[in-house]
Amino acid sequence: MSELLSVHHGRVLQLTLNRPQARNALNNALLTQLAEALEAAQQDDSVGAVVIVGTTRFFAAGADLQEMAEKDLAATLNDSRPRLWARIDAFSKPLIAAVNGYALGAGCELALLCDVVVAGDNASFGLPEITLGIMPGAGGTQRLIRCVGKSLAAQMILTGNAIDAKRAQQAGLVSEVYPSGLTLEYALALALRMVEHSPLALQAAKQALRQSQEVSLHAGLGLERQLFTLLSATDDRQEGIAAFLAKRKPEFKGR
Amino acid sequence: MDALILSHVEHGVMTLTLNRPDRLNSFNDEMHYQLAECLKQAERDETIRCLLITGAGRGFCAGQDLNDRSVDPNGPAPDLGLSVETFYNPLVRRLAKLPKPVIAAVNGVAAGAGATLALGCDIVIAARSVNFVMAFSRLGLVPDCGGTWLLPRVAGRARAMALALLGDKLSAEQAQQWGMIWQVVDDAQLLETAGQLARHLATQPTFGLGLIKQAINAAETHTLDQQLDLERDYQRMAGRSDDYREGVSAFLAKRPPQFSGK
Repeated sequence: MSELLSVHHGRVLQLTLNRPQARNALNNALLTQLAEALEAAQQDDSVGAVVIVGTTRFFAAGADLQEMAEKDLAATLNDSRPRLWARIDAFSKPLIAAVNGYALGAGCELALLCDVVVAGDNASFGLPEITLGIMPGAGGTQRLIRCVGKSLAAQMILTGNAIDAKRAQQAGLVSEVYPSGLTLEYALALALRMVEHSPLALQAAKQALRQSQEVSLHAGLGLERQLFTLLSATDDRQEGIAAFLAKRKPEFKGR
Repeated sequence: MDALILSHVEHGVMTLTLNRPDRLNSFNDEMHYQLAECLKQAERDETIRCLLITGAGRGFCAGQDLNDRSVDPNGPAPDLGLSVETFYNPLVRRLAKLPKPVIAAVNGVAAGAGATLALGCDIVIAARSVNFVMAFSRLGLVPDCGGTWLLPRVAGRARAMALALLGDKLSAEQAQQWGMIWQVVDDAQLLETAGQLARHLATQPTFGLGLIKQAINAAETHTLDQQLDLERDYQRMAGRSDDYREGVSAFLAKRPPQFSGK
């Protein structure tokens, strides 16, 4: 797993994309490792949230073009890659992207898939697929428009031009911009803040947030209420409210 | 190829001399290319800890060389935005982002983009006989090279507006009285004074100086709240630098610090 490094910081797992020689291009092998690492983290109660980070200059600068070039229509039709992305997307704990430098193509799509994106002031986001005679193929056309709106999404995807961190924050793609030397540290602090909370509440809230992109407002409100009701049956809810009323720190058990 | 930029690195100082003296060091495309190459080196080379920019001969820089822009009265209008976008804007951005001090030693007339370029450097020292000439308006143009952003900030709106609209020249002494530049020295003293300052800065905590520069530049567009957050972040980074440790150790041991710039 040398191309994907993992480090634990308390209940936060940090996954570092580490293919500097290929500007962290997301080939199938790396994507598979990422999916496996997240699936392991899914089962691991000692992991409450995951932060994905790249190097100082590259979050991930796209897919592996060699891999893609070899595939004709038939091979692309039966490509395993969409399943890899679906496995990554199925991760149900908080997932944070800490982006320094370039997040392009598949790298941008990976960031878009995460729940929260924090960026270094040197970050840039773009979907340059169009310049190669292709188009985004892992959620770029769907997730970008949902966070930045039609005009900017269409402009980025149809020109292939990237935007910088500040613009990405104004547009809603990024929640915070930090000096690049502190991006990872602040992303970890954000994740550590999240994992103080009840794991079940985090999971339910994430599920509700995800559903908001899938269903109508009416259906979404219904789902939200169901999930809310579900939490009322948990010990952690009792603990959370009791601790608040007693002005002490809650001790969540994840049940 | 002619060296339109003379580059010299010594004692941690990179001295760049604009070198088209027969044209008062006015910019043409080739000079832009050569300057960009030098700045690339200044960005990458950690042993360079201060940048000093000056001009060869009797001028500092007369801005854009208008010989390259002679407009055929019957031809199509030129696209001046293109050269701003290709050359001047990247130059200004690079100098502003360079995490080390940039000194302008203004040795002679600075006109047009030459004036706005000089005034935009981090520390400006001018020879007493120098004039800054806001020539743009006299040709029907707009101050570029950051001019319209910079002038109101360094001179105040009233002076900036009149200077830019009238296209007047401003003496170095007036510029200093108005607080637009750091220092005026006798012509014969200019290079010695600027060189001394550059050599001093090159021995200082460069990482911290770079953060100070970025912070002051960012302040121009930030709210107080944003700037307080930035100060927290930069102080956090500065506190982890080798030079901070060295500075404190030297202070406690009552010895002069040896800063590495990191």
